Amino acid sequence: MTDQSPYDLEALGVSKNFGSFSAVKEVSFDIPSGSFFSILGPSGCGKTTLMRMIAGFEEPSGGDIRIKGKSVLGTPPNRRNVKMVFQHLALFPMMNVYENIAYGLRCNGASSAEIKRKVHDVLERIALPDVAEREIHQLSGGQKQRIAIARCMVLDPDVLLLDEPLGALDLKLREAMKIELKLLQHQFNTTFVYITHDQSEALVMSDNVAIMNQGEFEQIGTPQELYHHPKTAFVAGFVGDSNRWSGVVKASDSTGGRVETEQGLPMSFSSAGEAAIQEGSKVNIFVRPEFIKTVRANDAGQQADIGDNRRDGSVDSLLFNGANSRILVRTGSGELVEADVTLTGDNDLKPGEDVHLVWSAKQAMCFAEQGNA
Amino acid sequence: MQNKDIKRLSLILLFAPFALWIILLIMLPHIGMVILSLKEKVAPRVYQYSFANYLEFINEPIYWNTLLRTGSMSLLVTALALLIGFPIAYYIAKIAGPRSRGGLFLLCLIPLWVSDLIRAFGWILLLRETGVISNFLLWTGLVGAPVEFLYNDVAVIIGLTYTVILFMIVPLVSTLDGMDNSMIEAGYNLGGNGFTVLRRIIVPYAMPGIVAGCIVTFMLTAGSYLTPILLGGKNSSWFTEQIYNQFITRFNWEGGAAFGMLLLLFTSLVIWLGLKLSGQTLANTEAKS
Repeated sequence: MTDQSPYDLEALGVSKNFGSFSAVKEVSFDIPSGSFFSILGPSGCGKTTLMRMIAGFEEPSGGDIRIKGKSVLGTPPNRRNVKMVFQHLALFPMMNVYENIAYGLRCNGASSAEIKRKVHDVLERIALPDVAEREIHQLSGGQKQRIAIARCMVLDPDVLLLDEPLGALDLKLREAMKIELKLLQHQFNTTFVYITHDQSEALVMSDNVAIMNQGEFEQIGTPQELYHHPKTAFVAGFVGDSNRWSGVVKASDSTGGRVETEQGLPMSFSSAGEAAIQEGSKVNIFVRPEFIKTVRANDAGQQADIGDNRRDGSVDSLLFNGANSRILVRTGSGELVEADVTLTGDNDLKPGEDVHLVWSAKQAMCFAEQGNA
Repeated sequence: MQNKDIKRLSLILLFAPFALWIILLIMLPHIGMVILSLKEKVAPRVYQYSFANYLEFINEPIYWNTLLRTGSMSLLVTALALLIGFPIAYYIAKIAGPRSRGGLFLLCLIPLWVSDLIRAFGWILLLRETGVISNFLLWTGLVGAPVEFLYNDVAVIIGLTYTVILFMIVPLVSTLDGMDNSMIEAGYNLGGNGFTVLRRIIVPYAMPGIVAGCIVTFMLTAGSYLTPILLGGKNSSWFTEQIYNQFITRFNWEGGAAFGMLLLLFTSLVIWLGLKLSGQTLANTEAKS
């Protein structure tokens, strides 16, 4: 049986140690062909090391990396069919666009007619047919980006690695490139592995996202799963914004329970982690701002039946950001709670107003505190 | 208005030392040399303008042979300095850790603290008939009699390469230092082997440094006097020696001036040819980013 592996890239317990420091610890994952996979994590979590191992610039200290089902351990970087878009793109400044793209083909010993056809073909596909003779410094940031991708894609790689390539772009261009990258991935139908610390990049573009922290994968899942059903407190805190409370469990059953927060206030939750939470254990509760409903204190009568949890307070400040506007509410016990609000420009909340914040127990994600099991 | 005056004043003040240096030490002597070289002594204390000094150079094969020999040996020294200096510069800029980099660079600079004369003398101690190498070979029994390594072309080339290699390494290190490591990695990632990466990425990127280093090295070598004389002895036939002879031994300042101008023209021509043949320009000595 020599059937084609359904996975373009597999990692089996990959580790990397630098001296006594382990940058990557026993990471395993598999990426189905033609999907967009992101590795999301804070800086220094080992994601770049992981990517460099896939590309072949570092040898793993343990585990196996397979591309199209074949182990690539010991294969030098230039013999792996894994291409990489570098953080600062690493386009060759002494060559023009045509030569940059032709470089890899020349290394493979392609004939000049074939090189010409392929280069123009790939430039056509990235919608930059006329830039072949330009010098690299004459290109805009977004064009450089696309040339860097084209330079890899012209070689028909099994996997394309992208190491935070949008980091150097300004915000507007970054937003546009996110969509463009996703479209390019569809068009080429190649597996993209995207490394980033920017969660919105990962969430918008990916089919699957792995959250990495301190050299380990915390969770792998679709963006929706990670956002709505995080398995660990780190994922809940890292993906999206959250209000966070610490407390001690007072009552618990298999589906949820009640907690007394450090401020001494009760809060009901539904358990989010895998194991049921023991009574008396210390927990962290995460509530996303968009699930907190803000009701004016003088709009009485309707707030009682909305949610399981309630805080009273006054608007401390208003963070206006168009559709993503948010208020900071200072509650009676002195904590600051963030809540999303819709501002219509007409009779909006103002700082100093008294409000009730209400949310459902279903939206209160509870995790046992680490090291307290 | 006042601001503009201050700007102009500071420009003049900053520019003045440079301008004085160029005019007094470079331009004036050369104008003097040109005038001097065009004079011919027709009788005691009587001179007239003519090309006689230049004609003498052309008519006397020993002169232009010496010049050609100096030029070709300088080119060889430049090539050797590049071949030896490039790996050293690459190691310092790319492979050595950030801490050892400074130390290594300093080590390269140390020979500069010692005067030319002492460095040449060091080579004499090593290479002469009763020197270290000869004695060592005698002691190991490889040779039966003392060997003289001095006073031949090889000794001159070794000595000159050693003297000028630093001026090759410094510009190379600074251009290679500016090269992003990921560019080399990209070269491998896209399928290049070590040789292709060197030929198509590292060398083209370092070209400004290579051009600058080669020009400096070639000029220094062709214009050097002490090392060829000390290590090559009477047979070194370096062109600067001819100039010295004209000025000092024969007291023929007119001839010496002509030879000086010829050396300048010749080295400029070689560099111009070198730039043309390698498709580089002087402006290229500035690194692209």
